[in-house]
Amino acid sequence: MNTILSKEQLSAEVFRMEIKAPEIAEARRPGQFIILQMGGEFDERIPLTIADANLDRGSITLIFQAVGESTHRLAMLNEGDEIANLLGPLGTPTDIRQYGKVVCIGGGIGAAPLYPIVDGMKKAGNEVTVIIGARTKGLLILEDEMRAIADEVIVVTDDGSYGRKALVTEPLKELCEDRSIDCVVAIGPPVMMKFVSLTTKPYGIHTIVSLNSIMIDGTGMCGGCRVVVDGKTKFACVNGPEFDGHLVDWDNLLLRLSTYRDVEDEAHHRCHIGLDIKEGEA
Amino acid sequence: MHATIEELDAQAQGIVSEYGNRQLKPKERLEIPLQEMPSQDPQLRITNMEEVALGYTEAQVKAEALRCLQCKNKPCIAGCPVAIDIPAFIAEAAEGNFAEAAAIIKESSLLPSICGRVCPQESQCQLPCTVGKSLKDVDLSVSIGRIERFVADWARENKKETTPTVGEPTGRRVAVVGSGPAGISAAADLRRAGHSVVMFEALHKAGGVLVYGIPEFRLPKSIVEHELKTLTDMGVEIRRNFLVGKTRTVRDLMEKDGFDAIFIGSGAGLPRFLNIEGENYVGVFSANEYLTRSNLMKAYDRSHSRTPIYNSHSVAVFGGGNVAMDAARTAKRLGAERVTIVYRRTEAEMPARKEEVAHAKEEGIEFLLLHAPLRIVADGKGKVNGVELITCELGEPDASGRRRPVEIPGSEKVHPFDTVIVAIGNDSNPLIHATTDGLEVNKWGNFIVDEETLETSIKGVYAGGDIVLGAATVILAMGQGRKAAKAMNEYLATL
Repeated sequence: MNTILSKEQLSAEVFRMEIKAPEIAEARRPGQFIILQMGGEFDERIPLTIADANLDRGSITLIFQAVGESTHRLAMLNEGDEIANLLGPLGTPTDIRQYGKVVCIGGGIGAAPLYPIVDGMKKAGNEVTVIIGARTKGLLILEDEMRAIADEVIVVTDDGSYGRKALVTEPLKELCEDRSIDCVVAIGPPVMMKFVSLTTKPYGIHTIVSLNSIMIDGTGMCGGCRVVVDGKTKFACVNGPEFDGHLVDWDNLLLRLSTYRDVEDEAHHRCHIGLDIKEGEA
Repeated sequence: MHATIEELDAQAQGIVSEYGNRQLKPKERLEIPLQEMPSQDPQLRITNMEEVALGYTEAQVKAEALRCLQCKNKPCIAGCPVAIDIPAFIAEAAEGNFAEAAAIIKESSLLPSICGRVCPQESQCQLPCTVGKSLKDVDLSVSIGRIERFVADWARENKKETTPTVGEPTGRRVAVVGSGPAGISAAADLRRAGHSVVMFEALHKAGGVLVYGIPEFRLPKSIVEHELKTLTDMGVEIRRNFLVGKTRTVRDLMEKDGFDAIFIGSGAGLPRFLNIEGENYVGVFSANEYLTRSNLMKAYDRSHSRTPIYNSHSVAVFGGGNVAMDAARTAKRLGAERVTIVYRRTEAEMPARKEEVAHAKEEGIEFLLLHAPLRIVADGKGKVNGVELITCELGEPDASGRRRPVEIPGSEKVHPFDTVIVAIGNDSNPLIHATTDGLEVNKWGNFIVDEETLETSIKGVYAGGDIVLGAATVILAMGQGRKAAKAMNEYLATL
């Protein structure tokens, strides 16, 4: 069913896979995600954002970071292998329209789901500036792909090993000062999205963020992914995953993301065995 | 004192040898004691996930069947949502003709092994039972559900089930959305009529609420798998990982994929919350989430499952239905020292099956009745450490006919808990409605259907089960699946 058509390692622990999934490829829009389950009785369901789709090949592209046990096992699959369970597209697509000047920010693996949004924003007639950031050069992804479609690409790294030594919020603040930005889209670690939202708030710039809360079914059935937006409970899987960053209760999101941290830390330790990932880079 | 299956069987054998070989007078039948359901010892079963109720022995089922008066007016049939010929199958069971008994049930109900376990018999077939009426206690009615369970299990285990025959191909294609009880029964009847049937399921496992919702200790998943295998053996195609409304819309299925008719049995999958303060703290779960983690994702098997489940010591479960009991008993099995059902009314108003309440009590689940949650409180790290409850008293009956709980001012008190499971019901999942123009729903989001045919506002699209009824029962969903299939078969014949 869901055959892996190609696999590529983009950085130390980031992989790109093109997977046969004609129905998902046809239905998906930027901002949507899939849920994947490896097929075993005890395997978990993991949400991953769709990075791209190809209608001719009937395929979708997933870019994922091997951070947990399941993503590590996914990373060990190869071209020709099947992914047992793939459900999608899920969530509400990105609100793409002609805003004017748009800044799209991708932190780490967040550049992957950002890519189709950049593409969509560009096609909708926006002037698009992309800021991609990572901890270090080896973890940067999709720079060339972004350069091929965006009007401008700013690269930052935490350690200064490539591009500018800065957090994504620094060039963002300068852009907010210098130009009249109409919309910001930020996808990355929750802390990054929180500070992007805090940066744009004084300027009143509409800021879209994509929330990665814990979910199981992805169809609205379990309610595990609930987030507080504008004081109201929303389900990230169906009402989101994208929300107005200025209205998100970030502290609650961070809190809820920590629900199973004790259990996961233990699992993470075990799961690095068997994958060619250098400790320290992962 | 917990009676073992051997003890219960020995008693039953005595009854069968005393009463079994002669014509009984009604008075004699009424003398026969109700056969208790053998069960795992409570102290043992809270340490495992295996089925609690072990099922009658052959002697027990015969003894219990002898209690049936075979009365003329057969009120039990009217009490059954699918009108099973109950006295007929009980008469066969009393004679030990279990295959015949099972065949009689299968004429009306496709899932007797499941319904025998999860139906609320005390408010359906067993409520008007003449034996219960004569003995002035509904709890002493003939245990119809337990006999049903036995004969259905017997037929399955002895491979004596009648395989449904499939009619000549009609060339018509039907989509069934959802693989729960409504979908299963609709698919079977549509396939029997010779249509090509594709069943769509969003999750990676089929079975709907029977798989993600009802725990193993109440409904073994092997039974659900068996029923689904019967469907696939009949030629029904089950497509998992397919979310109608997202992967394809209902309109796509008809216009692009060429389905001639669609049955939607997508269930009531949108958990209700109380909307009280603190409901998004760490340690608050919907029962759907808690049970899905445990049942579907097998999180109860902590050493194997890759899906974690919260480590709890003291759990409050809000609600008084079967789902609340399931969640509470699951939490107990997962190691919580204290599990408390918090319910606004009294036990008499609880919607849960009596047997589930009794089992929960045997397992040490505490019941805090006439208490309503006001807010959830947490420690400095946002983890739940208590619930503020207010005491209630019962007032006038409300729209549901149950007496309304009235809060007593000044009785607020914070009780310590580290986990809260909210089991106060489900609303309709809006996914299909939101992606299907012209599909009419009521104010709760339930699909509006024709009462006779269960056709929705869109021609050729039918619906049944919880998406129509709101959160109801397996047997009602099954009944609707069959009713819709009948109308769909008639509709498809006109095309």
